[in-house]
Amino acid sequence: MKGDAQVPSTRITRAKEPSGQDYVRTPPGCPSPPDTDPRRLHGADRLVQNWLGAAWDWARRNFFNTWYNSILTVAILYLLYTSLRPALHWALTEARWEVIPANLQPLLIGTYPRSQGWRIWAIAHTLLLLSGLSAGAFGARVKRASAWTAVAAAFLFLLPLGPFSRSMIALGALLLTGGLWIGASRIRRRRWLFVAWFLSFPWTLFLMWGVRGSETLPRVETSWWGGLVLTLVLAVVGIAGSLPIGILLALGRRSDLPVISWCCTAFIEVVRGTPLVAVIFMAHLLVPVFLPDFRIDKVVRAMMGLTLFTSAYMAENVRGGLQSVPKGQYEAAYALGMNGTLTMLLVILPQALRSVIPSIIGQFISLFKDTSLVAIIGLLDLLGIARSVIANPAWLGLQVEVFLFAAFVYWSFSFTLSRSSRRIEQALGVGPKR
Amino acid sequence: MSRSPIPLGRAEAAKTEASALARLWRQQRFRRIAIQAAFLAVVASVAAYFYANVVQGMRQLGLTFDYRFLHHTAGFAISEGIAYEPSDTYARAIWVGLVNTARVSLLGIALASLIGVVMGVARLSSNWLVRQMAAVYVEVFRNVPLLLQLLFWYSGVILKLPPVRQSIQLFDGVFLSQRGLYLPRLVAGESFLTWRWYCACALAAGLFVYALVRIRLRQLDRPGFPAAWAVPVTLAVATAGWLLVPSPPLELDHPVLGRFNFAGGAHVSPEFAAMLLGLSVYTGAFIAEVVRGGIQAVDKGQYEAARALGLKPWLVMYLVVLPQALRAIVPPLTNQYLNLAKNSSLAVAIGYPELFNVGTTAMNQTGQTLPVFVLMVAVYLALSLITSACMNWYNRRMAIER
Repeated sequence: MKGDAQVPSTRITRAKEPSGQDYVRTPPGCPSPPDTDPRRLHGADRLVQNWLGAAWDWARRNFFNTWYNSILTVAILYLLYTSLRPALHWALTEARWEVIPANLQPLLIGTYPRSQGWRIWAIAHTLLLLSGLSAGAFGARVKRASAWTAVAAAFLFLLPLGPFSRSMIALGALLLTGGLWIGASRIRRRRWLFVAWFLSFPWTLFLMWGVRGSETLPRVETSWWGGLVLTLVLAVVGIAGSLPIGILLALGRRSDLPVISWCCTAFIEVVRGTPLVAVIFMAHLLVPVFLPDFRIDKVVRAMMGLTLFTSAYMAENVRGGLQSVPKGQYEAAYALGMNGTLTMLLVILPQALRSVIPSIIGQFISLFKDTSLVAIIGLLDLLGIARSVIANPAWLGLQVEVFLFAAFVYWSFSFTLSRSSRRIEQALGVGPKR
Repeated sequence: MSRSPIPLGRAEAAKTEASALARLWRQQRFRRIAIQAAFLAVVASVAAYFYANVVQGMRQLGLTFDYRFLHHTAGFAISEGIAYEPSDTYARAIWVGLVNTARVSLLGIALASLIGVVMGVARLSSNWLVRQMAAVYVEVFRNVPLLLQLLFWYSGVILKLPPVRQSIQLFDGVFLSQRGLYLPRLVAGESFLTWRWYCACALAAGLFVYALVRIRLRQLDRPGFPAAWAVPVTLAVATAGWLLVPSPPLELDHPVLGRFNFAGGAHVSPEFAAMLLGLSVYTGAFIAEVVRGGIQAVDKGQYEAARALGLKPWLVMYLVVLPQALRAIVPPLTNQYLNLAKNSSLAVAIGYPELFNVGTTAMNQTGQTLPVFVLMVAVYLALSLITSACMNWYNRRMAIER
């Protein structure tokens, strides 16, 4: 299998037809094209012959090109049949999916007050519009993406939701699609998108948290946050908070002052060597001990832990970006009479940060998944709510259904993000070159 | 930051009525020391403030910051691992946790590497079905949080297996149930002591053949596999010994279903099984990507050149492609191994008694949160430093000699 899988066939096979018709070199083990010349057939016969021939050819080339591939194909088909049939049977008949719609609201927004739900929608719509604009500007296939949006919206419409939620979903889909089209046709300077993304973080937090004593935007304390929204907020805060700390740590590590360099290196290496659960536990248990004069909420403590942990990894990403800036840039800046600070701020950091955008997105994806660990300290993020739904006697024994739903939500977010990060990498011309 | 701005001209500098301090500040040497001292002072004072608060908080609970509690009786049970009684000390309990961490990490690394290599190679297969299956595996398991996967395997799959009285018999003597997996175990028979000597002889013979073949291949300057000769020789001698001794030296101890549970045989607990499965399937998806990237990083011309030299496909793989691919694979692979070892701390969610789990229990019981935490961080740090040292050594050995 190994040999077959990696060695591109280099053996040159002699063309089967001596007439010289066969210009394309046929890979070994591959059958020669079907004997019937399609030009001699007419109408529907010709179409069927062509289509069938192509399909047969493709199947021969991909499934049965060698004897061991044939065996593999048959074995895998058999395995798929024996495993997928009971799984499908379970999913379509035995599974009690009604647990998901019944608990959809806590799973998505936790205990966030229902009357303030519009704030979550406003945040979602802002982010959808931004995603649409960015995807369009970074060259997503607009028609295909719009089609997928329509499919997703149709799927969400099937869920038993109220008219308000349905209209909000429709608005969200419209914003996403509109953003895609506008982004693809109107946006020339993509720099503003990054600015908008960074501004969306404080905007999101402002909307979530509100203002004390306000009528329209009353304060919702962090202890009420939960569900998927909490998961996303934790990830966003972790990234937004760790970026400045990470930049400082990276600069500190590269500093030529030995004390600063040692301290930063020690911090980065210790945090990178520690499991995230331990850091979250520490933030949970030790922050109240370290700072006894402040009452810090559980959610904020988790945010502190996640930020601290991510900043060590962020520092390494930024350090990579700093190393990728050519030395000539420093020299040019000094030649222009800039001092160290100005050089860093105006010349080096902008270039370094531009090249680490893909790895920041990668960091965001892994942080998004890692936020699930806050469920261990009893926070009600998506996984925490899922666990509490399972613990509810009304829904006893439905672990598989609930976990599969949670897994699907996590998966769709991180899969979409990882796909888009690849596109951004290509668009920026940074990242690993193939 | 530390670089001085454009140095002022001497005449200019003399003109400015600078105070002594400003003149001192302009000296780079002084400035460097001052900045570092200030930095150190800030760090130390923050640390001192935290430490004082911790000691203060512990004093209120009637505790002191030290490690004497390690010699006290732990008093809690640990469900699996090396010999341990609740009457043992905390130090022993933490050691048991560490051994359990090492056990699940090492087995997980082996299994994840196996899955990762198979799936990574499968992603490059010429068979469409194989390729797509591997892609689906990687994309599904990489993009779902590990904790969720562990909980799924544990409470969604393993605990949903039939109760122990209706165990599924997979093979002869292999039983699968809610209580985990029961397997036959190899136990020493009567003539095991005699057979040991045959085994020693077999090993010696194998090594001898290996050395002989290797030297001969060197002389001929040809590629080949000394192990292909040595392994059969070893097996042959060991088998001969097995046949020569009066009774079978190793016997199978089958698990037997008793009144409430199985007796005898080897037992894999549900927690351990879920950990092993979750860790290796999750990390395997990442390793598959690492392996694929490594193989794709080998220049296509290398295959073609090797084939043009007349090497057989598997020799092309073994002698040309793999050594080059490994160079691109090993550093990210090290990261994955370290991640796996660190991720084993998620066992706290499903109750497998590894280091972190035991540590949190010890924290709760003694109230010595910070000391236990420092101890755990030190152990994890030591583990990752050892692993990266080993992998660095390997990487240096594999590096191209220029």
